[in-house]
Amino acid sequence: MKPQRLQAIARKEFIHILRDPRSLGMAIAIPMLLLMLYGYALTLDVDNVPLVVWDQSESPASRGFISRFVGSRYFSLRGHVHNYREVERAIDSAHALVALIIPRDFAGRIESGRPTSVQMLVDGSDSNTAALAVSYADTVALTYAQGVALRQIQRDGGHAPRLPLDLRPRVWFNADLESKNYIIPGLIAVIMMVIAAMLTSLTVAREWERGTMEQLISTPIKRQELILGKLVPYFAVGLFDVLLAVLMGEFVFRVPLRGNVAVLFGMAAIFLVGAMSQGILISVATKNQLLANQLAMVTTFVPSLLLSGFVFAIGNMPKALQLVTYVIPARYFIALLKGIYLKGVGLEILAAEAALLTVFSAAMVFLANVTFKKKLV
Amino acid sequence: MRERIKHMLTKEFIQVFRDPRMKAIIFVVPILQSLVFGYAVTTDVRKVATAVYDLDNSVASRELTSRFAASGYFNIVARVSNDRRAREVLDRGKVRVILRMNKGFGDDLQSGRSAPLQILLDGTDSNTAGIVLGYSAKITGDFSQEILNARLRRLQGSTQQPGRVELVTRAWFNENLESRNYYVPGVIALIVTLVTLLLTSMAVVREKEIGTMEQIMVTPITPMEFILGKTVPFALVSFVDVLAVTTVGVFWFDVPVRGSLLLLLAATALYLMTTLGVGLVISTVSQTQQQAMMTTFFFFMPAVLLSGFMFPIANMPQAVQWLTYLNPFRYFLVIIRGIFLKGVGVAVLWPQMLALLVIGATTLGLASRRFRKTLA
Repeated sequence: MKPQRLQAIARKEFIHILRDPRSLGMAIAIPMLLLMLYGYALTLDVDNVPLVVWDQSESPASRGFISRFVGSRYFSLRGHVHNYREVERAIDSAHALVALIIPRDFAGRIESGRPTSVQMLVDGSDSNTAALAVSYADTVALTYAQGVALRQIQRDGGHAPRLPLDLRPRVWFNADLESKNYIIPGLIAVIMMVIAAMLTSLTVAREWERGTMEQLISTPIKRQELILGKLVPYFAVGLFDVLLAVLMGEFVFRVPLRGNVAVLFGMAAIFLVGAMSQGILISVATKNQLLANQLAMVTTFVPSLLLSGFVFAIGNMPKALQLVTYVIPARYFIALLKGIYLKGVGLEILAAEAALLTVFSAAMVFLANVTFKKKLV
Repeated sequence: MRERIKHMLTKEFIQVFRDPRMKAIIFVVPILQSLVFGYAVTTDVRKVATAVYDLDNSVASRELTSRFAASGYFNIVARVSNDRRAREVLDRGKVRVILRMNKGFGDDLQSGRSAPLQILLDGTDSNTAGIVLGYSAKITGDFSQEILNARLRRLQGSTQQPGRVELVTRAWFNENLESRNYYVPGVIALIVTLVTLLLTSMAVVREKEIGTMEQIMVTPITPMEFILGKTVPFALVSFVDVLAVTTVGVFWFDVPVRGSLLLLLAATALYLMTTLGVGLVISTVSQTQQQAMMTTFFFFMPAVLLSGFMFPIANMPQAVQWLTYLNPFRYFLVIIRGIFLKGVGVAVLWPQMLALLVIGATTLGLASRRFRKTLA
C-alpha cells in the first residue's frame, strides 16, 4: 500500500464531497435536526392525561376523591358528563383518555365503612400511555383509601396511626427519570449508523453507474487503497457529526456525561469505521445506487432504530429476536454510550460490548476489501 | 396518449425488476421487516430483573418479596447482601430494580411503626423505570392496606370491613393493553412509507444522472404522462406491499381489524398519493441520487418522529404540534389505527382523509410543475 495513492483517492473523494454542498450540509443538518427534535419535542413521559368524570354521588366525599385526581399532575379534568353515552362519546372522539364513573352510593358506603368500587374506563389503543394512566390512577386511589382507613383507625382507636409501609424509591443514573437523558445517548448511535452507511453506500456504486470505475481500474491503485481512500473523508464527516452531537448533548441539553470522553470518542471511531465499511460493502456488492440505497436503509436505519434497545428494551423482546439483536452493531454502541453517559462506567464493565463492536468493525472492513474486485464485469 | 403511458409503464416495470435483487428488496424485505418489528416493538414491561437486598430476613420481609415475585412484573434473579454487590449488579445491568429491607423491617410492621422499603431503580430507561415505580407503589400500597385492615378489625373486634375504594379498570379498543396492537398498524404504515419514498425519490434523478433523460426529452411524451409513468408502477408495488404486510399483521400477530378493509385500501391510495408526490418533488429538485437519498432522509426522519408513531403528539410543545399538521404520516397513522383498533369509519376519519387528499394533490401538482420547468 502506498500512502501517495491512498492520499490521491482521499483527495478525490474530498473534492466530490465538497462539490456537492447540499449533501454535505444535510449530513451535518440531519443529526442536529434529530437531536433538536428529541431534545425538545419528543417525550414518552405522560402528564396531564385528559379525564372526564361522571359523578353520580355528588357528595363531599366524591368531590374529595376527584380532587385527588385533578390535584396530581398526571390528570387534567376535561369536564363532567352525566350519562354513559357521553362517556362513550368523549373516549371515542379522543376528547378524554380516561373516564371515572363514581357510583351513587359512594359517599354512604365510604362513611359506613363498606367497600365501594369506582369504575375507570381507559382508551387502550395507545397501550403505553394507557398503562401509565392506569398505574397513576391506582396510586391515587390507593392513597385515598389509605387515608380513609387511617381516619377510621384514629376514630376507633383514639390515636393517630402510622402508615405501615413507607415506600422510598431511589432512582440511580437518571434521578429525575428524564427521558431525554435516556434518549440522547442512544440517538447519537442511531444517527451515526444511518449517516455513516448512507454516505458511503453510494460511493462505489456511483463510480460503476457513471462509468468512472473503468478509469480507476486502469490505474495502478490497489483495492485496499481505494476502499480506505474512500473511507477517510467520510470518516472525517462522521467524526465531526459525533463531536457536534456530544457538544449539543453537553451544552444544549445538559445530558450528564459521567464517563471518560476519550473512551467515548474511541468507541465512536471504531463504530464509524464498521458502519462505513458496511456501507461500502453494500456499494461494492450492488454496483447500483437505487439498490444500494434501499439495502442501506433496510439494513441500517430500521434495525438500529427498533432492534438496538434505543427505545424498545431488548429484554422485553422474545428470545429468538434477542438473538438477532446480537448482530446489530448499534446495540453495542448504544449500551456503551448509555453506560459512559449515565452510569459513568468504563471499559472494565463494558469490555464485552467494546470487544464485540471491534469484531464487527474488523469483519466489515475485511468483507468490504475481499468483495471488491478490480475487474470490469 | 394511452399508448405512450403504456410504453412508459412497461419501461419502468422492466427497469425496476430487471435486477432480481430488487424484487427481493421490494417484496420479501417488507414482510420480513414486519415479522421482526412486530415482535421487537413492545413497550410492555413484564418480568423486570430484580435483586432482593433483605437484611431483615423476617416473615414480613419474605412475604413482601413474594408479593413482588407473584405479581408477574418482577423476576427475582439475584439476592445481594452488601452495598458493593448491589452497586455492581445495577452497574452491570444485571438487574433494573433492587428491593432493600433493613434490619428491623418486620418488627416495625408488627409494632405499628412505619417500616421503610427502599427501592433502587436503574433510571437509564426512564419509561420502564416509571412503569416499574407504578407497579411497586401498587404492590406496597395493597400490602399496607391489608395490614391496616387487619389492625382495624382488631380494634373494632368484628369482621366488619373497613372503608375501601376499589378501582375497577376497563380498557377499551385494546383490552389487555397489548402494545403490539398499537404498534403493528404503525409498522405497516412505516414500511410502506419507506419503500415508496425511496423508490420514487430516485426515479427521476436517476434518469438525469445516467443521462437517459435526454432520450426521454426527445420523445413526444408530456410531463403529465411522464409523472404518471413514474408513479403508477410504484403505487401498484406499494399496494401489494400493504396487502402483504397487513396479512402478516392480521394472521401472524392476531392484530384485530375491526373496521372495513375497503376503507383501508381507499385511505392507502390517498396516502400513497402523498408519499409518491413528496418523493417526486425530491427527485425533481435533486441533481444526483446521493442528494435525493439525503433529502429523502431529511424528510422521512422527522415525519416518523412527529407522527405519533412512538411519541404521543399531545406531549409535544404546541408549536411542534402545529407542525405535525403538515405531516401526511400523522394522518395515515390515525386512519390505520382507527380502522384496526377502533373500527371507526368515514364518519370519524373524513378529516384525515381530506387532509391526505389535499397534501397529495399539492405535492403531485408541484412535482409536475417542477418537471415541466426541467424540460423547458
